[in-house]
Amino acid sequence: MYVTLRDRPGAGQGPATGRVVRRVSSTVVLLGTVSLLTDVSSEMVASVLPLYLTAVVGLSPVAYGFLDGVHQGVSAFVRIAGGYAGDRGGRPKWVAVLGYGVSTISRIAMLPAAGFAAITAVVTGDRLGKGLRTAPRDALIAEASDPSMLGRSFGVHRALDTIGAALGPLVAFALLAAVPGSYDSIFVVSFAFALAGLAVLVLFVPDLRTAAGTARIGLRRALREVSGHRLRRPLLAAGLLGLLTVGDGFLYLSLQERDDFAAIYFPLLYVGTNVAYLALAVPLGRLSDRVGRGRVLVAGHGALLACYLLAALPAGGTGLTIVVLLLLGVFYAATDGVLPALISRLVPGETRGSGIAAAQTVVALARFASSVLFGLLWALQGPSRSLVLFAVLLTAAVPVAAWLLRGIGREEEERAQEVRP
Amino acid sequence: MTLRVRVALLVALLIAVGLGAGGYVWNVRQSQAQNRAAAPVVARGGDLVSFRGTPHLVFRSTALGNEYGRVAVVPLAAPAGPRAFTPAACERVYATAEDAICLSAERGIVTRYRAQLLAADWSPARDLPLTGLPSRARLSRDGSLAATTTFVFGDSYANPGQFSTRTLVTRTDGEVVGDIEKFALTVEGRTVTAADKNLWGVTFADDDRFYATAASGGKTWLVEGSLSRRTVKALRRDVECPSLSPDRTRVAFKKRGDLPPGRWRLAVHDLRTGAETISSEQRSVDDQVEWLDDSTLIYGLPRTDTNGAATSDVWRVPADGSGPPLVLVPDAWSPAVVR
Repeated sequence: MYVTLRDRPGAGQGPATGRVVRRVSSTVVLLGTVSLLTDVSSEMVASVLPLYLTAVVGLSPVAYGFLDGVHQGVSAFVRIAGGYAGDRGGRPKWVAVLGYGVSTISRIAMLPAAGFAAITAVVTGDRLGKGLRTAPRDALIAEASDPSMLGRSFGVHRALDTIGAALGPLVAFALLAAVPGSYDSIFVVSFAFALAGLAVLVLFVPDLRTAAGTARIGLRRALREVSGHRLRRPLLAAGLLGLLTVGDGFLYLSLQERDDFAAIYFPLLYVGTNVAYLALAVPLGRLSDRVGRGRVLVAGHGALLACYLLAALPAGGTGLTIVVLLLLGVFYAATDGVLPALISRLVPGETRGSGIAAAQTVVALARFASSVLFGLLWALQGPSRSLVLFAVLLTAAVPVAAWLLRGIGREEEERAQEVRP
Repeated sequence: MTLRVRVALLVALLIAVGLGAGGYVWNVRQSQAQNRAAAPVVARGGDLVSFRGTPHLVFRSTALGNEYGRVAVVPLAAPAGPRAFTPAACERVYATAEDAICLSAERGIVTRYRAQLLAADWSPARDLPLTGLPSRARLSRDGSLAATTTFVFGDSYANPGQFSTRTLVTRTDGEVVGDIEKFALTVEGRTVTAADKNLWGVTFADDDRFYATAASGGKTWLVEGSLSRRTVKALRRDVECPSLSPDRTRVAFKKRGDLPPGRWRLAVHDLRTGAETISSEQRSVDDQVEWLDDSTLIYGLPRTDTNGAATSDVWRVPADGSGPPLVLVPDAWSPAVVR
């Protein structure tokens, strides 16, 4: 069974059908703007949180590490719930509004929060909101986009998102320079950005309905779709690749162990990655529309493989460090937006949110397992040998993933033919 | 709602939110300026040179005002009395009679941290290698060795509580003795090769011997090390940030026990008998304790009743577990006793 455009309510009237649209849908740009504002807000807080906790609340960095562990777990599980809730109501926008709203409230709740337990609760609330909104938002992007340019749409969204993530710390440190030590000011301004993002979402993002008529998607139906044969191979491939994806934190640590440049600029390493991600999210998204999303996804893991090998070299240097960071950005650009673009064409519109959420959760859990495994290996034999081992395993896994995803591209192409009159 | 109404709503909201947040920040800025002007001026007086001639306490002053973060000195005879300010500004400071080590941070997009040895006039004499967020600083008694601990990575991806420190021991003439995390660590006769081992919180016994914390796989130990042999050996479990008493018989430390992560009790370990004494300080202390004398511990605690300002006090508590904790120096942090 192929998913055709007739599965989508409103097909034929939407701006994305019936002709080859060159521009990305305004809904995608609006959602990107929402993400940009929200990311300014969340990265403002995230970038000062270690300082705030250690300097003002008086926690040690160890306790902060514990907090970070909490985040990772919460987000993955709520994501499925968010995806399903969006599908079941058929109006993912309002689930996304709820998710963004929870995060917005958590900003202002930082003001009265004092002490480890309260801050953990507030930060966990923020992550709950993030987990909740991701899948319905991606479902909206898919819904609003011409199927032949899904990769590009997700690329545009992720690029805007990354701009916000890059601006957030700048705003935060500018504020800290203006009002030294006033973390409350950061929380208030962060709240203002989050509120602005929420307003753009509520007022301007169209309330696209994904479910046909009033037919509500039962849990069983969603489960069947998610575990059905069309998603089985891509989910397997995503899980397999995710299991061999070392967390970027570990990669930065390997670089830092090796050379002084990386150690001094440790807090800036992620900027290098983000720059490459930002620059390549749209081009690689477009490429994935042209040559097949599965192919770009698999090729992205080639960049990751190169990262491992370069980071495992005994001697580093500034140039090599930068190359590793850029390759990591290439990897994210080729996978982060491309995966939901790939998945959203494989499931019918009614269960799109659940499908995207399932894929993202599979990846998140696989990467979490991979991080635990890599952490253990690191403890046993150090970074270099662990990276080489992961590189070897990834070399074996990439062809398997390519084989698993091979048919998918063709199905997509056929579907694309069907779509165009 | 028509597009026009929605645009109008958004503009109105942006203006309201912008004015609200802007006003809040402006207000904070104004009140900060007022506070600086009206700050209860911490008693200042005496002169550095004469204070340095008597037994004294060197610390980071956290009194609000223009001198916030500056290193100050008070005589031990009147620790809560007037303080003399030095020109140095440090996050952490430690001093002996002649030398001082200062860990400082220049906050910015990339916060740059530096460790500097200060000359007798408190001007920077020499930069020591340092990467990461300053956490602990100690000098040996004769001031010839310096140890700094920084958090290179205070964050964890998968393992809660995992972090990475760097602890460097340097001769104060500039010669780097080494990263003690590279020293061979033995626990109960077995060598620990795990790459997740961290060592921090050095306290020097003499020109070769030191004590520190070692951690691996979620456990911590009190370790005794030798700089010349480049070895560290575990003495007992659950010890963080040891500090050797002036008579070198006991070690004060942070004990995790069954407390939740990020909370510690202050305790003392007797090196001769192995006995452990828990201090009467009930609050969680995250500091490397200093000894005021052979029977009194001093340590910094953040003050919680100030609204948001990072103020702290230096407290004292008897080392034998008797008596309540008392404020030794208000508006102070990172104390070093110099006799």
